[in-house]
Amino acid sequence: MKLLRYGLRRLLQAVPVILLITVGTFLLLQLAPGDTVDALVGDMGGADAQFIARLRAEYGLDQPVWVQLWRYMLKLFQFDFGWSFVYEQPVSAVLMDRLGVTLLLMATSLFFAFTIGVALGAIAARRAYSLTDNVISTLGLVFYSTPSFFLGLMMIVLFSVKLGWLPAGGIETIAAFYSGLDYVIDVALHLVMPTAALSLIYLALYLRLMRASVLETAEQDYVRTARAKGAGETRLMFHHIMRNALLPVVTLLGLQFSTVLGGSVVVETIFTIPGLGQLAYQSVVQRDMNTLMGIIFLSAVVVLVVNFLTDLVYARLDSRIELR
Amino acid sequence: MREPDTILPSAKLQARDEGRLRVFWRRYRRNRAAVLGLVLLGVIILMALTAGLIEPDDPLRRAGEPLTWPFQDWSVPLGTDQLGRDILAGIFHGARISLLIGVVATLIAIGIGIVVGSIAGYFGGWVDDVLMRVTEAVQTVPNFVLLLALVAILGPSIDNIILAVGIVSWTAPARLVRAEFMSLRSREFVEAVRNLGLGDTAIIFKEILPNALPPVIVFASIVMAVSILLESALAFLGLGDPNYASWGNMIGQGRNVLRTAWYCAAIPGIAILLTVLSFSLLGEGLNEALNPRQKKG
Amino acid sequence: MSEDAADRPILEIEGLRIALPPGADRPLALEGLDLTVRAGEIVCLVGESGSGKSLAAGAVMRLLPEPAVRMTGGTIHFEGQDLAKLSERQMRQIRGDRIGMIFQEPMTALNPQKTVGWQIDEVLKLHTDLRRKARRTRAIELLEHVHIPDPASTVNAYPHQVSGGQRQRVMIAMALALQPKLVIADEPTTALDVTTQLQILKLIRELQEEMGSGILFITHDFGVVAEIADRVAVLREGVLVEQGSATEVLNRPRHAYTRALIASVPALEPPPAKALDAAPVVLEVEGLIKTFAARGGFFSGRRQAVKAVDDVSFALRRGETLGVVGESGSGKTTVSRCVTRLIEADDGRVVIDGDDILEASRARLRAMRRDVQMVFQDPMASLNPRKRVVDLIAQGPIVHGTPRAQARERARELLELVELSPAAADRYPHEFSGGQRQRIGIARALALEPKILVADEPVSALDVSVQAQVLRLLADLRDRLHLSLLFVTHDLRVAAQLCDRVAVMEKGRIVEIGPTAKLFGAPEHGYTKKLLASIPGRDWTPPVLEGEDAA
Repeated sequence: MKLLRYGLRRLLQAVPVILLITVGTFLLLQLAPGDTVDALVGDMGGADAQFIARLRAEYGLDQPVWVQLWRYMLKLFQFDFGWSFVYEQPVSAVLMDRLGVTLLLMATSLFFAFTIGVALGAIAARRAYSLTDNVISTLGLVFYSTPSFFLGLMMIVLFSVKLGWLPAGGIETIAAFYSGLDYVIDVALHLVMPTAALSLIYLALYLRLMRASVLETAEQDYVRTARAKGAGETRLMFHHIMRNALLPVVTLLGLQFSTVLGGSVVVETIFTIPGLGQLAYQSVVQRDMNTLMGIIFLSAVVVLVVNFLTDLVYARLDSRIELR
Repeated sequence: MREPDTILPSAKLQARDEGRLRVFWRRYRRNRAAVLGLVLLGVIILMALTAGLIEPDDPLRRAGEPLTWPFQDWSVPLGTDQLGRDILAGIFHGARISLLIGVVATLIAIGIGIVVGSIAGYFGGWVDDVLMRVTEAVQTVPNFVLLLALVAILGPSIDNIILAVGIVSWTAPARLVRAEFMSLRSREFVEAVRNLGLGDTAIIFKEILPNALPPVIVFASIVMAVSILLESALAFLGLGDPNYASWGNMIGQGRNVLRTAWYCAAIPGIAILLTVLSFSLLGEGLNEALNPRQKKG
Repeated sequence: MSEDAADRPILEIEGLRIALPPGADRPLALEGLDLTVRAGEIVCLVGESGSGKSLAAGAVMRLLPEPAVRMTGGTIHFEGQDLAKLSERQMRQIRGDRIGMIFQEPMTALNPQKTVGWQIDEVLKLHTDLRRKARRTRAIELLEHVHIPDPASTVNAYPHQVSGGQRQRVMIAMALALQPKLVIADEPTTALDVTTQLQILKLIRELQEEMGSGILFITHDFGVVAEIADRVAVLREGVLVEQGSATEVLNRPRHAYTRALIASVPALEPPPAKALDAAPVVLEVEGLIKTFAARGGFFSGRRQAVKAVDDVSFALRRGETLGVVGESGSGKTTVSRCVTRLIEADDGRVVIDGDDILEASRARLRAMRRDVQMVFQDPMASLNPRKRVVDLIAQGPIVHGTPRAQARERARELLELVELSPAAADRYPHEFSGGQRQRIGIARALALEPKILVADEPVSALDVSVQAQVLRLLADLRDRLHLSLLFVTHDLRVAAQLCDRVAVMEKGRIVEIGPTAKLFGAPEHGYTKKLLASIPGRDWTPPVLEGEDAA
């Protein structure tokens, strides 16, 4: 019950953010050369001036800017992002088609980045300044500096072209019509490289943060207290250090999510995965502004939802947060 | 409350007789990896400076037989791509673009971040509320998608790209500066100068900002690394400025011949990796030199 | 307590040497410390900051931050066992079971993510075979034992949900859970308010008498020593200078350092009253009110509003020192910030020279700031670390239009006034000790030639010997420059020594105000009486030591 009320309050805080984003996307659309009618006319292969003016009036484009803004916001809140002239469909339909794949990629990438990163970071901190730590930390730095597209391409060269172990692109084997477990395995195989390419940089980030966080937590007074009570090192690590050290890492998980979503543009493009990221790239190339703005709005909503979930996790982890 | 027993006043004692810069360098030098980062960065800067010597005219011109592998023809030591362009020349000229983007976009991002963060952190209240909501809104939109949108709207000239990279990168510095200001503004030395009659602007820029800068400088190296990554990803997708040799662009072109001539993508990729690595290492070194709290066990 | 246990010391430290890492201010933190603790006695290890007293505790527990700081010589015997010869595993069995430890800061010494019950349970779990249920019952009993009201619900509370004093009781319950033979208490009351401090000291005494443990009590405060010690050992920069029974050391100190330290402890005897009735009133505060509203803006959670200052009125005459005393949360600091308008009061008047500073326009406020200057608590935080001393001091006059060169010239003169070398002018604050930094802070405040000096706990962060010097400087400057001093402090000894009149604050209100001698001699309000009764070592009058110069 407390958690619910806390959650509601956090949701309320997201309202102005959503409003600002809608205003932002509207402004971007205004800045973009050409409007819906231009696109429509271009699609039809040209029209006379009178017809264009009538179309403008029909779409409300002759109205003052703030009236347009108001209408635009109303539409956005009904998840109506307009018409995609490239896909000849409502933008929302195009987006929903692709959201699932992207979410799957996000979830697997973040899961591996977080668990492996945290584990390696904790191990490195436990053996600070030893050989193990140096190896882990150096790897972390290199991973952190590797662009995902470079890593992706090199993996394709090695695992697909040279070794032939993994499929080079797509989310499933077309025309194989797998079902059941075979299908799951097929998708998983397709996801291995994209997940690795996307998650490595974040794995390195969590690793570095966790290492620093564990080192800092280990210096805290309460750890000294636990030592003075006779607790051994393992007990200190699991009962006193880990949970406190995890807090800043969880915060970062929420903050970083939007960047991960941005990273999926490149990764999905390389591995030809039909998700939101690839769609974003294509809509820029094809100048499909309605779709691009739809992606911005939808991904912002996804990010807000994820932030909200991490907030709840954080509140559960940190007893100092008052759930009022 | 009393000061705890101070047992490690070493920095205090030695600072007395040395200049600040020398103390800084002594602390920085302790981290060997950070020195390596500095050397790497020096090499990259040197490459950018001497790019004109390697290829005085146009790095995008045909320089030899297309798809020459590295170390085969010494007039093009690192080989050529499918259009016969000299990869070595591309790497040297690309260093210019990467550094230019890194430095200018970071200045833009840190500049906006300092203004927004200092105002929000110093004044608090509704000012803080409004600015932070805006920051959150920008941060909520995936940065690369926003970058795509901005470049699509503004057009892919190098100036616009730099500006766009700066615009999508200011939020994290703003939050950092805000946090620093919030902790510093209630410090007694700020109250002391307010009590002397100093105005808000002077307090923000002359009293608090210099004390808030060290972590911002450390963070700037990360922003620089991210800026370079953002630009190269953009160029990789073919959405960069086609008139300049950019590492990302080279990798993007190399992707088309990946199966036969993977070095076309690998060489510029390593260049990006090393550049970003040098900035990360630089950041670590700066952090240890500027925030000497973290002592090595 | 059995007979032979009393015969043989529980703890015998012989020739203990602890090395500091290279680059520290001295090579050895402790040089040949000899100390014994017997069953049923409380031994106070006294020293100023940096004396190495806390490291002695670390060495006994074998919890030194090795390898940087390590034991290089001497032996530590606990119940006849050489601790250095034990394996880490054996040592862990001793810690928490036969040696208990109480730390200074109960907030940070307890794990914020675990309940009070869990943390007490941990000790029982590590050292006993009790079942889960039995351990829980025992934890509640322990909480009851340290007089925590409603132990059954406190056991489920997180550390941040109980008050500072309660937290320290939890720490004590934890340390004494298994009736250890030896308890090490490292400044256990330093972070607490004076009334809480007395309760905790009594509790430690009570439990110790009950269990017959020996206690090694580390402190810097001679008042606390007088309150609790059976024997005293005085430490100076790692060297034991004097050791003996409490009465002996407190009343007939032999070593010059001990004598100097004791001479620095402010006596609870107010100075002779000055005739101030004829002096003009320079500061008049009327009906001051400040409520801290719910923190944060529209979108964050609301908190209960707190009335920090509730209808406070007083007047300050020329040349007078008015002490504002109270415990943390009494609103005394808020009063100092409202009077200087560093925070905006909700209501009331603060009249300086006929003008209400609370109503002053921006320009007028700037001008008025010259008349009211502040000295702050934390000598580290109150000076901008990036400015040279001369610029720090000259800054005020420059802001108010004095030519730069002239202001700097004056700054150098002021350094001499606060008894610092003029060579200090070109250095940075971090190059100075706490006391010196506080002198710089005073010089900065004096640079504007104010009429009123508001001092917020100016000596509470300083060692007792330095504290005495700074207090003497303040009193001297006040008299020479005819300053009026509004002196905020939690330390009643300091207030007694310096103030002409004292206002006692509780929960935002002034409960009693009057001449110092009268207030200390015949307090009227119940809270004042309670405060005075809580001063540690109030029954001990530091001896007047002939021919000693405390400096």
